[in-house]
Amino acid sequence: MVANGPMLRLLPRLTDDVAFFWTSGEDGVLRLLRCDDCGFYIHPPGPVCPRCLSRNVEPQAVSGRGHVETFTVNYQQWIPGSDPYIIAWVSIDEQPDVRLTTNLVDVEPDDVRIGMAVRVLFEHAEDVWLPLFTPAEDAS
Amino acid sequence: MSARPTEEPLERRAIISGIGQSDVGRRLGRSELELTVDAALAAIADAGLTRDDIDGISTYPGMGAGTPGFGGPPTPEVQDALGLSLNWHDGGGEGPAQMRAVMAAALAVAAGLARHVLVYRTVTEGSAQGTGGRQPMGGTGGGGSVPRFGSFMQWSLPYGAVSAANWIAMVGQRRVHEFGLTREQLGQIAINGRRNAALNPKAVYTDPMSMDDYLAARIITTPLCLFDCDAPCDGSTAVIVSHRDVAGDLDHPAVQINALGTALRGRPSWDQFDDMTTMAARDAAASMWERTDLTPADVDTAQLYDGFSVLTIVWLEAMGFCGRGESGPFIEGGANIARDGVLPLNTAGGQLSGGRLHGFSLIHEACVQLRGEGGPRQVVRPGGRNPEVAAVANGGGPIAGTMLLTRGIR
Repeated sequence: MVANGPMLRLLPRLTDDVAFFWTSGEDGVLRLLRCDDCGFYIHPPGPVCPRCLSRNVEPQAVSGRGHVETFTVNYQQWIPGSDPYIIAWVSIDEQPDVRLTTNLVDVEPDDVRIGMAVRVLFEHAEDVWLPLFTPAEDAS
Repeated sequence: MSARPTEEPLERRAIISGIGQSDVGRRLGRSELELTVDAALAAIADAGLTRDDIDGISTYPGMGAGTPGFGGPPTPEVQDALGLSLNWHDGGGEGPAQMRAVMAAALAVAAGLARHVLVYRTVTEGSAQGTGGRQPMGGTGGGGSVPRFGSFMQWSLPYGAVSAANWIAMVGQRRVHEFGLTREQLGQIAINGRRNAALNPKAVYTDPMSMDDYLAARIITTPLCLFDCDAPCDGSTAVIVSHRDVAGDLDHPAVQINALGTALRGRPSWDQFDDMTTMAARDAAASMWERTDLTPADVDTAQLYDGFSVLTIVWLEAMGFCGRGESGPFIEGGANIARDGVLPLNTAGGQLSGGRLHGFSLIHEACVQLRGEGGPRQVVRPGGRNPEVAAVANGGGPIAGTMLLTRGIR
């Protein structure tokens, strides 16, 4: 049985550029910055679309569905008191070259496969809603 | 976009005229400045120079960067300690990996800003961490409130992905998935390093390591075990970068910088880089080969970054020593990368067994081998000749730099 993450969640600073992302889960929806002109998802968020250089960028809701690109089961006690937990890079189905570093939860390491479908859920800590992912039926 | 120059690459005007290294150990209990002075004076003497000849200085990263014991002393402290009068000075942590300090020095020499540059990299991570184990990136806070992080670390720290070990493990797992990499293959990097470290008096780990030992080591973060991670230590390595017109004054062969590899063409982060199996090593190596007529087949020894074993196999492919995805079979059994193999690799033990001197021990060892000064670990190529071309790589993930070095001026 692995944990959902480390014993202590080190949290992001909610600066103006990233606060939308880290608080998006308050209503259960994942949001990414997107270019209004060319439709490109921009992550991590930036002031300009790196594809078309438009400044018309704003957060937009996404499905919260993705796929596991790779993962590791961490055993080292970087953060004392932690049980083993699964770290993954998950690609977003709307634009698979956008990946989130995250934890896979409610799944055992032996059941994790690269390429498996996952869906977002959120862990609330202080004023942050951390996007985590759990196995899902593959919609694609 | 190519990095092929229209004229002779300017870095070829630069040579490594001298090398020096302090004592190296897990915990020496000596100051970073004292270790740096030891390495610097050894390198200056090795180049046949005096302190008064040194008119440039460079380091990576210096200025208190990173976790305790990581940054090494800032260049002003070393300048002052050695009483140097400088025409050029530089330091910092951004650029093509640790060897960016050597690259900057080479370009300064080529531009005529300096004649003889002292370049150093000093770590005291062994002493700094004491017996408490390796530090996570950014620390674990402590005190009452939960620490908050910005910049790139915010994307990984909340998930306990707090060490480069975690990020590199994901590169390794992707390689298991795409290429069928096995632990027995990966273990050859650690075992090869340990075998070579036994012939390096300064190496921190020299006890023999078998495959059974490797496979029995505790897992850090799958698929990496303890022996896939380098060993924090104390030590300083220095090189003198000089103009090639002094090559004839040396009492040993000059080591010429043939080509630098500096590109970063993919997205500059671990989790967003387009190819999760290669990352910036691909770009740095490609740009280096664009600047030279030498080819991977000309390389007599490779000193490839092994902060973690997975990085070394990434470099093997990026540098073209084997095809994409073929590094596992290439290193299987260990014969190809042994000192008498087709590609003698990390011949002083690398960082896994030699100690985490953070890239510079690899540069040092490339020079030792090209100069034929390896003693019991000297590589002898087929036909009985000493190495003439050495490839050096530093870094991993979105941070990568490479150099091609040659014995004598070409």
